[in-house]
Amino acid sequence: MAVGKVWVFADITEGKPAPVALELLAKARSLGGTTEAVAFSKDAEAAAGELGAHGATTLFAATDPAYDEVLLGGPAADALAALVGEHHPDLILFGMTYDGRDVAGRLAARLGVPVLANGVDLSADGGIAVQTSIFGATLNVTTKFDAATPAIAIMRPKSFAAEPSGGAAAKVVPITTPVDEKHRRARVTDRVADVAAGPKLEEAPVVISGGRGLGDPKNFELLDQLASAIGGAAVGASRAVVDAGWVPYAMQVGQTGKTVKPGVYLAFGISGAMQHTVGMKGAKAIVAVNKDENAPIFKLADLGVVADALKVLPQLIEEVKARKS
Amino acid sequence: MKVVVCVKQIPDPNTTGQLEPSTHFLKRDGVEAVMDPGDESGVEAGLQLVEKHGGDVTVVSMGPERGLDAVRKALAMGAGKGVLISDDALRGSDALTTAKVLAAAIKKDGFDLVITATESTDGYTGIVPQAIAELLDVPAVSFAKSVEYDGATLKVQRQTEAGYDVVEAQLPAVVSVTAGANEPRYPSLKGIMGAKSKPMDRLTAADLGIGDAGGATAGQTITAVEPAPERAAGEIVKDEGEAAKRIAEFLVEKKVI
Repeated sequence: MAVGKVWVFADITEGKPAPVALELLAKARSLGGTTEAVAFSKDAEAAAGELGAHGATTLFAATDPAYDEVLLGGPAADALAALVGEHHPDLILFGMTYDGRDVAGRLAARLGVPVLANGVDLSADGGIAVQTSIFGATLNVTTKFDAATPAIAIMRPKSFAAEPSGGAAAKVVPITTPVDEKHRRARVTDRVADVAAGPKLEEAPVVISGGRGLGDPKNFELLDQLASAIGGAAVGASRAVVDAGWVPYAMQVGQTGKTVKPGVYLAFGISGAMQHTVGMKGAKAIVAVNKDENAPIFKLADLGVVADALKVLPQLIEEVKARKS
Repeated sequence: MKVVVCVKQIPDPNTTGQLEPSTHFLKRDGVEAVMDPGDESGVEAGLQLVEKHGGDVTVVSMGPERGLDAVRKALAMGAGKGVLISDDALRGSDALTTAKVLAAAIKKDGFDLVITATESTDGYTGIVPQAIAELLDVPAVSFAKSVEYDGATLKVQRQTEAGYDVVEAQLPAVVSVTAGANEPRYPSLKGIMGAKSKPMDRLTAADLGIGDAGGATAGQTITAVEPAPERAAGEIVKDEGEAAKRIAEFLVEKKVI
C-alpha cells in the first residue's frame, strides 16, 4: 500500500533547507505518494527551488517574520494543525533537530496522534512503520502506526541519502495562520553562533572527537593539530565534555548533538555511551583510543587502541605529518 | 514560585537494556534501576530557583512502584513533595500518553514552572516536555543549557544546531534542561532521613481522569524486534609504543592520508 500524501518539515536557515530535510524528501518520494514540504521562516520561499529539486511539489511556507521572533514549537503546531485539517496528509516527517522535536511534540499533543522519535528507517508496506535503533544500537525495533492520521515520525539525520529528483521549484502556498499573542510570552532575543573554524562536522570526511579521557579542555588543541595534520578533518566532542563546558555545544556528536557519517571517525578518550554512539556509529571506519579496555566504544571500533589518548596523540600527529610530507 | 520537576526511574544506563520477549515492554525485573541522570539536573535547577526566589519544588513521576526510589532521591536532594502515578493500565505507554498523564498530575496541583530533562536516557524520544507544554498551553523552552530568573522573567540559553538562542519567557512555562545546566548536588544524610517524612501523593490513571490510555491502545504497535547487525569485530591493540604508528597506517589504508 502506497502512502497518499507525505509532508516533510524543513528547518530553514538563511533560505537554505537543513540537509536532513532533503534526506527525508528522498525517502518520502520513494513511498510513492505526493511529497510536499512545510517551512517556517521569513526566508522560506528562497528554499522552494532546492526543496523542489529534491522532490517537493508544494512548499507550504510561513514567512511572517513573527515566527522568527518566538520559539517555533507553539505557533508552528498551531499552523500545522490547521493545515492538516485542510489537506489531510498521511504522514509528517521531521528531522531530529531542536526545532523539529519542538514542533513535532506539540503537534502530536495537539492532534492527539502518536509520534515516533529517533527513527532510522521507514516503510509503508501494509501501513506506515518506523524502525528505531535502541539500547546502544543493539536492537532494531519496528513499530507500526495504527489507524490515526497523520502519523508523525521524527527521523535521525543521515538515515537516508539526499537525492535530487530533478523536479521544478516547489509551488509556494503561503501559510497565513498568524502567530498567536500567547506565543510572544517566550521570545528569542538573540541567536548566538559558536563559530567553529574549519570544515563542518556533518560534512567532513574525517571526524576527530574527544571525551573526558583527554583530562583537560586545553588538550583539545591536540585534536585541532591532528585535524590540520590530516587536512579537511573536523573536531567533535562527547556530551560529557560539552556539558562540563570544555567546548561549545555545536561540537557535540551524539543523541542531543550532531549525527556524523564520515569515512573515518577517531574517538579519543570517549567511553562510548549510547548517547554518543548513536551519533557516530554510521561512520565507515572507527578508530578508538581509550585507557579502559572494557570501554563500550571498542565494540564499535575497527581499530581499538588501549592506551592513554594523551600519550598517543602527539606521536600520531608526528606520524601523520611524516607520511604527508 | 511553584516548581514541578518530572523525574523517571530507569534501568541503569551503564547496563545494556532489554525488552521482554512477549510484551516488548522494557525489562525491569532483575535490572538495577536509578534515577535518570538527566533528571538530577532538572531537580537541581528547580532547587536553585526556589532557594533564590522562594517557593517549593514538587517532583512528579510516572512508572512502576519502584519509581518511588527516584521520587525519594529528589526529596532527599531537597524537593518538598512527591507525586507518583503508578498504574498497570499505563504499562507500555508511549511518549504522548506519558505526557498526558504528567500534564494531568501537574495541573492538579498547579505550577509556575515545570522542569524536565531534555529526554530520558532509556527512551530518548525528546518530545515529552514539548507535549506536556502543549497540553498545559504554555511555552516550552527546550534544551536549556542555562536558566536564570530575575523575579519576573526567565532567561534561558537554548541549545541550537549553530550554538544557542537567548530566550526570555514569562511564567508559567515548561523548561527542559540539559545535563550541562548545573552540577547536581548529592543528597545529604539529613536529606535522606528527612525524605521519608515528606508528603507523597500516590495516584492512579483514574485519579487523573485518564482511562484506557496505555499499552495496546496507544496508537502504535511494535511489529518486530531484531538484534542489530553487529559490526565485525575490530582489531584491538594494546599500546606498547607502536600504537600511533598503527593508527597512521590505518589512515593510509583508508586513504585519509
